Amino acid sequence: MKILVIAEHHGTELATNTLNVVAAAKKFGGDIDLLLAGSNLSDVAAQAAKIDGISKVKTAESADYDHHLAESMAALIVPMAADYDILLAPSSTFGKNITPRIAALLDVQQISDIISVESNDTFTRPVYGGQAIAKVQTSDSKLVITVRPTGFDPVNAEGGSAAIESVSGGAPDAKSEFVSLKEAESDRPELTSANIVVSGGRGVGSAENFKMIEALADKLGAAVGASRAAVDAGYVPNDWQVGQTGKIVAPQLYIAIGISGAIQHLAGMKDSKYIVAINKDEEAPIFQVADYGLVADLFDTVPELTEKI
Amino acid sequence: MKILVPVKRVVDYNVKVRAKSDGSGIDLANVKMSLNPFDEIAVEEAVRLKEAGKCDEIIVVTIGPEKAQEQLRTAMAIGADRGILVKTDTPIDLGGVEPLAVAKTLKAIVENEKPDLVIMGKQSIDDDSNQTGQMLSALLGWAQATFASEIKLDGDSATVTREIDGGLETIKIALPGIITTDLRLNEPRYASLPNIMKAKKKQLDIMDPSDFGVSYDPKVKILNVSEPPARTGGGKVSSVDELIDKLKNEAKVIS
Ligand SMILES: Cc1cc2nc3c(=O)[nH]c(=O)nc-3n(C[C@H](O)[C@H](O)[C@H](O)COP(=O)(O)OP(=O)(O)OC[C@H]3O[C@@H](n4cnc5c(N)ncnc54)[C@H](O)[C@@H]3O)c2cc1C
Ligand SMILES: Nc1ncnc2c1ncn2[C@@H]1O[C@H](COP(=O)(O)O)[C@@H](O)[C@H]1O
Repeated sequence: MKILVIAEHHGTELATNTLNVVAAAKKFGGDIDLLLAGSNLSDVAAQAAKIDGISKVKTAESADYDHHLAESMAALIVPMAADYDILLAPSSTFGKNITPRIAALLDVQQISDIISVESNDTFTRPVYGGQAIAKVQTSDSKLVITVRPTGFDPVNAEGGSAAIESVSGGAPDAKSEFVSLKEAESDRPELTSANIVVSGGRGVGSAENFKMIEALADKLGAAVGASRAAVDAGYVPNDWQVGQTGKIVAPQLYIAIGISGAIQHLAGMKDSKYIVAINKDEEAPIFQVADYGLVADLFDTVPELTEKI
Repeated sequence: MKILVPVKRVVDYNVKVRAKSDGSGIDLANVKMSLNPFDEIAVEEAVRLKEAGKCDEIIVVTIGPEKAQEQLRTAMAIGADRGILVKTDTPIDLGGVEPLAVAKTLKAIVENEKPDLVIMGKQSIDDDSNQTGQMLSALLGWAQATFASEIKLDGDSATVTREIDGGLETIKIALPGIITTDLRLNEPRYASLPNIMKAKKKQLDIMDPSDFGVSYDPKVKILNVSEPPARTGGGKVSSVDELIDKLKNEAKVIS
C-alpha cells in the first residue's frame, strides 16, 4: 500500500491540518509520502520531514505551483499517481479545489470529507451537513480521498526523519492564472485548529459591535468565528464563517454569541468539546446543543464576561 | 454567449432530515424538495449576466428523477430560457447519481450545446460532495474557478474572486470555463407569479442516460446511514459568574 498525502502549506508554514491528514493516512497501514509544491520549499520540507510516520517528503519546487491552481496541481499529481494506491488531501478549500480534478482524470469517484477509516475500502463521512453519517465502500482500485481534519487526532509533529526528494511535474496548464490575494491577517490562532473559538452571529448587530466579540476572544487567546448571517451582513470577513459550507471546527471550547443555531451552523461546530451559548431567546435551537446556556442580552453579558474572565 | 447551469433537486435546506431506522437511507416521505441553494445562486448569476447584455441564452440541466422537472421550472421562473432533464430512477435520498457520472453526462451535454461558460453550485447540500464542477472542468480540459463570490466577464476570459480559507483570491480563467458559486455571489430573487406562469411554457427536453453512454451504476456503495452521536445539551447557567465558575472548575477549559 503506497499513500501520497497532498500537503497544504502557506509559504514557510505547513498547514496544521497536515498532521490530521497523516493521522488518517496511518489508518491504512503502508508507506506514506508527502507532497509539497511551490517555491522555496526548504523550510516546509524540513518541517514535514519531522512528522511522525512519513517515509519520504517529495518537493515539486517551481513557481508554477505557487498558488496551487487546480490545473497545475493536477498536471503535477496525475502522473505521480501511477506510483500510489491512495491519494489524500485535507478537505480545506485547498484540497477541495484540487482533488476532484485529479480524481476525474484518473476515472475515480472521489470520497469527500471522511471522518473515519473502517477498512482500506470503507469509510464514514457526514452527509446533509452532519445530520446523518454514511458508511461507504468504494470499488475503485485507486483511491482519491479528502479528510475532514477534525475527524482525526493529529499525529506528532516531531520524531520523524523522512528523506527529502525532489520531483518535477507535468507541464502546468496555462488556462488559469493567479491575479491577487486579499489575505486574512490576524495574530489570533487559526480558526480550524484553535483550542477556543468565540463566534458571533446576526445578534451582534454590526461590524463595530463585533469588536466586543473580538475583545473576549483576545482575552481568552481564542480564534474568532461567525455565522453566515454575520458574514453576509458584512460584520466580518468570509473566512470566519463556521458551518456546513464554511469551516468545520471542534475546539475544546466554542462560545456562540447571538447565534440562533441553524442546522448549517451546527454542522460546523457541534463536535466541539464544550459549547457555551449566549442568546436572549430561550427558545433558540443553539441551547439544545449547549453545555452551558446563558439566556441574556449579549450587550450586557459579553463585556462582563470579558472583564471577569 | 451561451451559459449552461447544472442544477439539482435536493431536500430543502430548512428540513431536518432523518436516517431510516433500518439504516438504508434518508426518509424522504413528505419532505419538501427544492433547488439546491448554490444552484439557485448560479441561475441568478446567469440571469444577471443576461440582463446586463452579456449572455443570450441560459440552459438549465439536471440529472435526476421525473419530478426534478419542478426544479427546472423554478430555474426557468428565475429566468433560464430552457431546460433539459436527463431522467433516471436512481434514488436521490443520498445525493443521487455520483459526481463523476454526473460530470461525464454534463460533458456530453456541453459537447452538444457548446456553451461558452458553465456556472454551477460549489456543493450539493445533500451529499456535500463538492466535486462535480471540478470534475467536469477536468474532463473538458477547461479552466476552473471554484467558490466564486464575484465574476467579471471580459471577452474571452473571466476574472473571478474566490472565497478560500485564507481570505479572498482572485484568478483569471480562459473561456470556455467552469465557475462554481459560493454564498456571497448574489442573493437570488423570488420568482414572480407571472414569471412562474411563463416558465411553464418554456421548452423542457427529457433525455435518457443511454443517449450519453454513461453508466450510473455506483462505484461507491452506501453500506448504511446512521444518526450522528447525540449531543447532550440543554444545560443552563443563570449568570456570568456561574458560567466562569463552570468553565474553570467543571469543564476546566479556561484557567
Ligand atoms: C446553502 C446554505 C448554506 C449555509 N451555510 C451556513 C454556514 O456554513 N454557516 C452558518 O452559520 N450558516 C449557514 N447558512 C445559514 C443558516 O441557515 C442561518 O441562516 C444562519 O446560520 C443564521 O445566522 P445567525 O444565527 O447569526 O442569525 P439568526 O438566525 O438571525 O440569529 C440571531 C440570533 O441572535 C439572537 N440575538 C439577537 N439580539 C441579541 C442580543 N442582544 N443578545 C443576545 N442574543 C441576541 C437572536 O435571539 C437570534 O437567536 C447556510 C444557509 C444555506 C441556505
Ligand atoms: N444530478 C445533478 N444534475 C445536475 N447538476 C448536478 C447534479 N449533481 C450535482 N450537480 C451540480 O454540481 C454541483 C456540485 O455538486 P456536488 O459535487 O454533488 O456537491 C451542484 O451544485 C450542481 O450544480
